[in-house]
Amino acid sequence: MKFPVEITVNGVKRRSEVEPRLLLVHYLRDVLEITGTHVGCETGICGACTVHLDDEAVKSCMVLAVQADGCSVTTVEGLASDGTLDDVQQGFWEEHGLQCGYCTPGLLMSAHDLLRKSPNPSAEEIRRAINGNLCRCTGYQTIVHSIQNAAQKMRAKKPAAAKQVQPAKLRTSKRKREQRRPATV
Amino acid sequence: MAQIKQTIKPNGKYMGRRIMRKEDPRLLSGKGAYVDDIHLPNTAHVAFLRSEHANARITKLDISRARALAGVIQIVTGADLRGVVENIPPMGVLPDLFVPQHPVLATDRVRYVGEPIAAVLAENPYIAQDALELIHVEYDPLPVVVEMEKAIEPGSPLVHEQSKSNVAGTFKLDSGDIERAFRKADRIVTGRFVNQRVAPMPMEARAVQADYQAGEKMLTVWSATQIPHLLRSSLSRLLKVPENRLRVIAPDVGGAFGGKLNVYREEVLLPLLAMRLGRPVKWIETRRENMRAMIHGRDQINYVELAVTKDGRMLGLKCRTLADIGAYPQMLTAAIPTLTAIMATGCYKIPALSFELTDVFTNKMATDAYRGAGRPEATYLIERIVDMAAAELKMDPAEIRSRNFLKSSEFPFTTPSGLIYDSGNYKTCMDKALDLAGYNKLRQQQERARKQGRLMGIGLSTYVEICAMGPATSDPPGGGWESATVRIEPSGKVTVLSGASPHGQGEETTYAQIAADQLSVPFDDVTVIHGDTASVPPGVGTFGSRNTAVGGTAVYMSAQKIRTKMEAIAANLLEINPKNIVLRDGTLQSKLNPKKSVSVREVARAAYTAKKLPPGMEPGLSETSFFSPKNYTFPFGTHVCVVEVERETGEVKIIKYVAMDDCGKVINPMTVEGQVQGGIAQGLGQALYEEIIYDDNGQLVTGSLMDYAFPKATQLPEYICDRTETPTTSNPLGVKGVGEAGTIGATPALVNAVVDALAPYGIQHLDMPLKPEKVWRTIEEKPEAR
Ligand code: FES
Ligand code: FES
Repeated sequence: MKFPVEITVNGVKRRSEVEPRLLLVHYLRDVLEITGTHVGCETGICGACTVHLDDEAVKSCMVLAVQADGCSVTTVEGLASDGTLDDVQQGFWEEHGLQCGYCTPGLLMSAHDLLRKSPNPSAEEIRRAINGNLCRCTGYQTIVHSIQNAAQKMRAKKPAAAKQVQPAKLRTSKRKREQRRPATV
Repeated sequence: MAQIKQTIKPNGKYMGRRIMRKEDPRLLSGKGAYVDDIHLPNTAHVAFLRSEHANARITKLDISRARALAGVIQIVTGADLRGVVENIPPMGVLPDLFVPQHPVLATDRVRYVGEPIAAVLAENPYIAQDALELIHVEYDPLPVVVEMEKAIEPGSPLVHEQSKSNVAGTFKLDSGDIERAFRKADRIVTGRFVNQRVAPMPMEARAVQADYQAGEKMLTVWSATQIPHLLRSSLSRLLKVPENRLRVIAPDVGGAFGGKLNVYREEVLLPLLAMRLGRPVKWIETRRENMRAMIHGRDQINYVELAVTKDGRMLGLKCRTLADIGAYPQMLTAAIPTLTAIMATGCYKIPALSFELTDVFTNKMATDAYRGAGRPEATYLIERIVDMAAAELKMDPAEIRSRNFLKSSEFPFTTPSGLIYDSGNYKTCMDKALDLAGYNKLRQQQERARKQGRLMGIGLSTYVEICAMGPATSDPPGGGWESATVRIEPSGKVTVLSGASPHGQGEETTYAQIAADQLSVPFDDVTVIHGDTASVPPGVGTFGSRNTAVGGTAVYMSAQKIRTKMEAIAANLLEINPKNIVLRDGTLQSKLNPKKSVSVREVARAAYTAKKLPPGMEPGLSETSFFSPKNYTFPFGTHVCVVEVERETGEVKIIKYVAMDDCGKVINPMTVEGQVQGGIAQGLGQALYEEIIYDDNGQLVTGSLMDYAFPKATQLPEYICDRTETPTTSNPLGVKGVGEAGTIGATPALVNAVVDALAPYGIQHLDMPLKPEKVWRTIEEKPEAR
């Protein structure tokens, strides 16, 4: 038995028929072949599968594709337009926030989620925020520095936003911008 | 693409500089290609039925219901493979090792929880999982062997009935007059240290995909492996497919830490299935499977005795070690604990050594190489016993170390185990670490803390490790060399093809730094390719901190050869003597008249148009080298860990962590620091949290990430890292290797700190992991605590 779903992924509307038990992460990776989101434990612990579901970070191995029907999903591929890196990605690159890169997409999504809510987080705050993202390679310190670095870049660009957080508005405008992009389905 | 670019200030040299990694932009934008990201049309998905018993006879295996499920393509059992594929042999063996039959799928007997029994092939992974539920197995459970101390007692049930006992193999090392050393000693300090079983746990579990192109008779295998070439040779032998019809690709690999330095049953079966089925097949390991069926690490008990004089001089070291190797030795299982034996004397001049190693079979998954592989155990046992000696002699731990260190003038130094330490500066390194940590101040603080009833501890660990595996003569897999081809393309761009197989360490960057410097080309003009046996020269792989020291040297050598050839071509073009040519800033110029010059690009063009080459010279600019080191390298360092133990809860808080490492010359300080920090995290993970636990029935209690205490960001400290630099003489780059240093240094530093904190209670030792409950109980049991 399959159900129709309509999910906007990285700004592009996708329609598919899926089994009700199909996990969102497998829908993204195996049905849509958008493979930047990884699977590290399939039990909601490692955070490698973190994506944004309607602008909230979620572990996509804990969500069924059918639950995401009508929602919009952003994966690591949707962070920057092709050929560029956004501030968080750049922040990680500069501070050596990754080694094997397997945990990285999930961490980038969690970092975005944190920085949207808290543009100038302390190291402790960052560590708490990424506690649901396991990394075996880095020992976390460079990740903490990466996120601080990203925060600084973002604050430098949007001094007003740093003082006054308007997460919903910022995000909507970004989504609209993405929706204007031609669909590639 | 223009925006994904770093600006590197030109100063003529890339080596030694903090250069951002080439691999990162793709990994940061979700464009990495790990095995599971490579989708082939018409793929069949594999799932494994695994034993639920630690030791049992299989009395019935009924696949009929599973076979009938819609979407199931085929089910393969051990019986189907008899005579088709050979047993998987271990590589690193002891002379007396009992090598049990290690089939690809179990037939009538299982010996650990997680042992594969059958493989289901289905149209998608969900159906494959459904089918597993429908396979009916009946077991006749047998007595289970779990604890190694009990396993070697007479009368213990046997893991392998064909062997006389659970002793799998032994190894002995005697050097110097050990009995005399112990007779002459003022004190004999003894300890029993458990180095518990832990899991490598890369974030990407194992993953294998295979595809057979019948027309070309070409079998392609994608595996998340550290050793594509060794895997290819093994598959060739086991499956009887010629090596030149086998292509192994290790694409992006999501960490490994030794866990992917193996030839696994699943890796052998998948290619076979692809050939049989005529379809691509794929197996992506679940985390639950990974914890049961990927190798584990450590798992030793060390009984240590140190003979010392009253002024703290070490005269002799005796160690008896039991190593739990699980049920079936994997590739290097038996070799790993021998590294503990040969490195047991650490940084110290100890004239006599006696080391007795016993490998023990148990009904568990095999142990094998986990980051450090035998050296963390060596460093742990010597650094713990040295601290115990210091406590007994009421000496400062730094003082007893410095009294026994090898002096820098004593290198090269032949150790009691016959190794030749290349170079070292142990005292300088330790002093610098103590300075950076503010050691004297810390001791004063500790005194004050103790007066206030607070439990503060300072732990030192001074280590030396053995890296750059290794000279061909002594390397267990046979052939400790590495290869590299360096090619200047007709356009002047450079391609480096390496036989090594990095999986997170960043050699796309460091090899490019080496090549760019040697060839005087921009860093961005160099591309590094690795992990594909069809495109790179024959190689060995990535383990034992060998990438830079061995693989990097091969890059260096090939670049040197190209340089010489370019000089000859340039000289011919400029009509001057090649001896008078110098390569500088991307041009080959006359030493006497710098205006006479040609660019690297022009030389490349000349090399391929082949019109103006010196007489007899072959066209092209491509050179391959195989570097086979004459000796290992011996990096070293000092780690200082400061903790405070919460009296009421037993919780250990790390207040300060200082790492002073010496890995010789450094190509990229940023990636070196990354390696050190990641290593420390794993070392602290073992010291504080991690533990693979099997219960009395051999069931894996820590079978998911919910139960296995994988360290999280809030559980690890900030690391203060610095280096000293003592080049090695084992390779022309002077680099020693750093992949495992952190893991080796961290574990004893933390435990020494906690034991130091608990000294007021007369506590001399605590076995890892130092979880709050254990620390709290240990304190509670002491009369001083009441
Ligand atoms: S894969 Fe989703 S949390 Fe690990
Ligand atoms: S970079 Fe490898 S797991 Fe985080």
